[in-house]
Amino acid sequence: MTRFRKRRKTVVVSFAEHEADILANLLRNLVELLYDGMPPRATESSDPLAALLDSDGPTSPPEDVVLQRLLPDAYKEDDMASAEFRRFTERGLRDGKIGDAKRVLSALEDSGADEIALEPDEQLSWLRALNDLRLAIGTRLDIKEEDDYATWEKLPDDDPRRLTYDLYDWLGYLQSALLHNMR
Amino acid sequence: MSTAPSELESPEVDEAIELSPPWVTIVWNDPVNLMDYVTFVFQTYFGYSKQKAEKLMMQVHTDGKSAVSNGNREAMERDVEAMHSYGLWATCEKS
Repeated sequence: MTRFRKRRKTVVVSFAEHEADILANLLRNLVELLYDGMPPRATESSDPLAALLDSDGPTSPPEDVVLQRLLPDAYKEDDMASAEFRRFTERGLRDGKIGDAKRVLSALEDSGADEIALEPDEQLSWLRALNDLRLAIGTRLDIKEEDDYATWEKLPDDDPRRLTYDLYDWLGYLQSALLHNMR
Repeated sequence: MSTAPSELESPEVDEAIELSPPWVTIVWNDPVNLMDYVTFVFQTYFGYSKQKAEKLMMQVHTDGKSAVSNGNREAMERDVEAMHSYGLWATCEKS
């Protein structure tokens, strides 16, 4: 059972060992997905100007639906402007998300089954990484706004989505408990 | 800062156009993000009061979207990028 408590501005979290393993595995998958399809950065020798401006990012949305949700278009009805935004920002956004996930991963790997003390800036990384995991799983499950929450809660045990939904639900609990303890 | 010379007549400007910043950041509703988290992001990133952040979050939830900030295009692109870093679904557009 995961437990959170507050010590001044620090939030202390403790996981059962199998829970820490599950979370670490989900994060490793997320990191792998975020690295996937990222074009290699221009080097100063290949394109000095692009390297300087960091303007050699992708211009079209990723193919994977989860990546599309994590890295959405910045303009609803202007593909050109979306492409230009993506060129300058997508790599940085991916790096930021990878950085948050890796930060949580290394805390989990270092602590083993011990308590993890999270300082305020680490709490932010945890919140964002947990949120990215929820977005990833929610997108794979195809959870919709109009869905009845109870239908998901009552999925039969033999439904192939059951285990994934339970993970999604647990991540929501982690995120909201962390948020609650940060206030 | 300097004041305009008083003998010059001030040019006619449409105040509505002059005063409202031309671009807005829109946050769209999605089925995954927790309401508390969305409120937290508005407070943390924009520095809004809890009351204002909750009002905007409820607008996203009930109306499907809310204009959460306004300013010039560059500033709005920075806000959209920040929203994406938090996992919120945001776009910018002319207001």
